[in-house]
Amino acid sequence: MTSESELRAAVAAGVVGSRESFRGLLAAITEVARGIFGATASSILLLDEETNELVFEAIAGYGEDELIGLRFPSDTGIAGWVLSTRTPLILDDVQNDPRFAKDFAAGTGYVPQGLMAVPLLYDERALGVLEVLDRPAQSTFSLQEMELLGLFANQSAIALDLLSRANQAEAVLESGEGELAVVARLAATVTGLEDDQREAGLRLLGDLADTLGR
Amino acid sequence: MTEDVLLHEAQPRSGPLPAWSLPRDAEDEIALPTEWPERVTREWAWGGATGKGVSVCILDSGVEDGHPLVGELQGAVSVSIDEDENPIVEEETAGDSCGHGTACAGIVRAIAPECDLYSVRVLGAGFTGSGSVLLAGLRYAVEQGYDLINMSLSTTKKQFATLLHDIADNAYFRRSMLVAAAHNMPVESYPWKFSSVISVGSHEQDDPMAFFYNPNPPVEFFGRGVGVEVAWPGGSKIKASGNSFATPHIAGISALILSKHPELISFQLKSVLFLTATNVAGSE
Repeated sequence: MTSESELRAAVAAGVVGSRESFRGLLAAITEVARGIFGATASSILLLDEETNELVFEAIAGYGEDELIGLRFPSDTGIAGWVLSTRTPLILDDVQNDPRFAKDFAAGTGYVPQGLMAVPLLYDERALGVLEVLDRPAQSTFSLQEMELLGLFANQSAIALDLLSRANQAEAVLESGEGELAVVARLAATVTGLEDDQREAGLRLLGDLADTLGR
Repeated sequence: MTEDVLLHEAQPRSGPLPAWSLPRDAEDEIALPTEWPERVTREWAWGGATGKGVSVCILDSGVEDGHPLVGELQGAVSVSIDEDENPIVEEETAGDSCGHGTACAGIVRAIAPECDLYSVRVLGAGFTGSGSVLLAGLRYAVEQGYDLINMSLSTTKKQFATLLHDIADNAYFRRSMLVAAAHNMPVESYPWKFSSVISVGSHEQDDPMAFFYNPNPPVEFFGRGVGVEVAWPGGSKIKASGNSFATPHIAGISALILSKHPELISFQLKSVLFLTATNVAGSE
């Protein structure tokens, strides 16, 4: 029997939007971050709590075509440290550390000179990491940039939270073998109607619920 | 001589003071040994000091022992927890899996070259469970009685706030001073927000001895935290920015002060930092 929370998730999945639309939002955030910092690349990594891995969800710049979906253990590298300490880390001369060079090269084929990595925090949870690679070499890092990075991180965390909810909702739909997809489709359809049509649609659904409930 | 003094000499006190009060005949027992100058200057505070005799604990990801910018550690342990959340403290074998702790240790060593450095690793291989491990590690460090505990870490988990607060207060009263990094982002995290620690944010100057008192708490002091060349594992160096690196600057300066004035209690140490801050006393 379908639980109420699963039904809620199904309705939410129909109403709040698809994984793709949230991915689009994350992609936009990385594009803006890259543009504002004048960086070579920017990426958002989502923590998959079930597998304890970090997953590339959005990338702007170098690697954007190949790396989406790439996973690595959440307890490795700079991103892992930032995630676990929930503290930003800004490093230059990263190439001085052969371990990072190896990590990056293995994952992306690209070794940055410098990077900024900031945790994506929502409530008490760390959802992932935002990274900005290789700002222009001539510019000196400033505390204003740190502030800006924090603002981006807040925005990204909200988007990641939505994506994570959408993932859960879609997982519920999939596990229900399509039964709940009908509910999600109804919710999405009704939400998309004009005001008077929506009113009529809701009345119809109410009558349907009464009929089915008899 | 007054009658009170005669009485005191005739009948010396025995036994502990009554709780939370000071009888007239006990005033001598709380005499403070430090003679304060009319004006506290940097020369008085740490002129000629090297950090000798002061123990500084780096509560972090471990420290690379023998790194050219860190030197020899006096001790190193790693802290973890078992399935029942009981702390496990073991001799360190892993060094620094990340680099963050080594960076902090190098900054302290640069400022206070003769201090005793200890590493308590609460992060490392398998970064999970960090809140409980952080708590266990901090408790262990306070029990060891280190003069200063550098915490370039914080936790956002509210469930740990009360326990951390108790440990921070306990450390403060035991003269084991926590020097804690403020979070770089506008989030709630601990223990840096507690008034019983020395909390540190970043300024952008290059002078490692420049530090500022902040009259707008909760961050109390600003230390050098931008573009700092720091020690990194493998005997290397890297340039890093953030409050994580401002914090060991203040820990190092505190080590100098305690090295010259080992009798200072926590309240006095904070007062000396305030009085010698760049925006209070300048660089005299």
